[in-house]
Amino acid sequence: MNCRKCEMEPVIVVSGNRMCRRHFVHNLERKAMLTIRKWGLLKGRKSIGVACSGGKDSLAALNIMSKIADKDRNLELTALAIDEGIGGYRSHTLKDLRAFCSREKIPLRVFSFREEFGFTLDRAVKKSRETPCSICGVLRRYLLNRKARELGFDVLVTGHNLDDEVQSILMNQFRRNMPAMARMGPLPGIVESGGFVKRAKPLFFVSERETAAYSFLNSFLGRYIECPYAEGSFRNTIREFINRVEDAHPGSKSGVLNSFLEVLPSLRQAYKGRRLGACRRCGEASLKGECRACSILDTLRAKNMNKGGKK
Amino acid sequence: MKIDVFLERENRKERVELPGKANVGNMLDRLGLVREAVLAVRGGILVTEDAPLKEGDKLKILSVVSGG
Repeated sequence: MNCRKCEMEPVIVVSGNRMCRRHFVHNLERKAMLTIRKWGLLKGRKSIGVACSGGKDSLAALNIMSKIADKDRNLELTALAIDEGIGGYRSHTLKDLRAFCSREKIPLRVFSFREEFGFTLDRAVKKSRETPCSICGVLRRYLLNRKARELGFDVLVTGHNLDDEVQSILMNQFRRNMPAMARMGPLPGIVESGGFVKRAKPLFFVSERETAAYSFLNSFLGRYIECPYAEGSFRNTIREFINRVEDAHPGSKSGVLNSFLEVLPSLRQAYKGRRLGACRRCGEASLKGECRACSILDTLRAKNMNKGGKK
Repeated sequence: MKIDVFLERENRKERVELPGKANVGNMLDRLGLVREAVLAVRGGILVTEDAPLKEGDKLKILSVVSGG
């Protein structure tokens, strides 16, 4: 059976449609560009940061943004990366990212936990009772936002894909975290704040399998490497579960995502009253008096994280 | 027919024996893999699950879960 649009051999089946390499790449990029247009991800924005880990999703997002910036000379693109200090993992993905940015002539800024906080994630994990994903998630988001603001980005594009979003929807449901659910979407957030740099997710409707195929076909799918802390995480459990459901009942992931989008306006209405203030410690935007990052950093610093020993 | 498979995530090779008429999807099922979580590559080219297999084929299975 050929590609649904031409005589070429198909390389992937998306939503029941066989696609050759050329039509699949075109279709994925078009899907991302439609998301950007429909949800106004770049509307009125000039300085664009792209949060990159060097993994397949962020490189796919960066590649698409680079194509858009090539056509729209008003856009200024910068890749922004955080080195959390995860031995045997992050250095490999950052190497891929540096090679990509150098080849595509995209400015890259890298900031590390070690320089900004005085410790690596590997060291923090040994000293804290929090899960690695909790520490990393909070401190990474905090640093990305702070650096994006300091660098003057109007928006921070991330490589979050459909699978990431479906996992988050289910995780928020299991944990009954409706405020977090209300903040989700291709252009997340409910309240505007000068402290928070708006995030944008052009791959919101693109599955993880599609971004992997896109990265493979564009020769930037590196060798298999996964965060050593991912095993056994709640997200991983949900990911495996939803992939099995999708295999047995194709279209389930899209079903979850689109059901969520149907109720999103009501959710945002319900939670829009919450006022965003500033953390009394660091001044970063926060819903509470003190932000989660400061609370985690306090706990870790109380354990003399910054003094002596191997960081 | 016998098919040689390299599972990149596990960094392991496996020889799979399948009936005369089989496709990539049948091979993935035989290996107990979740189709949604993998991509199959033959001769450096991505192949769909309904692509027919032939004796002596060599396939590489990529996990779509990586990076981040």
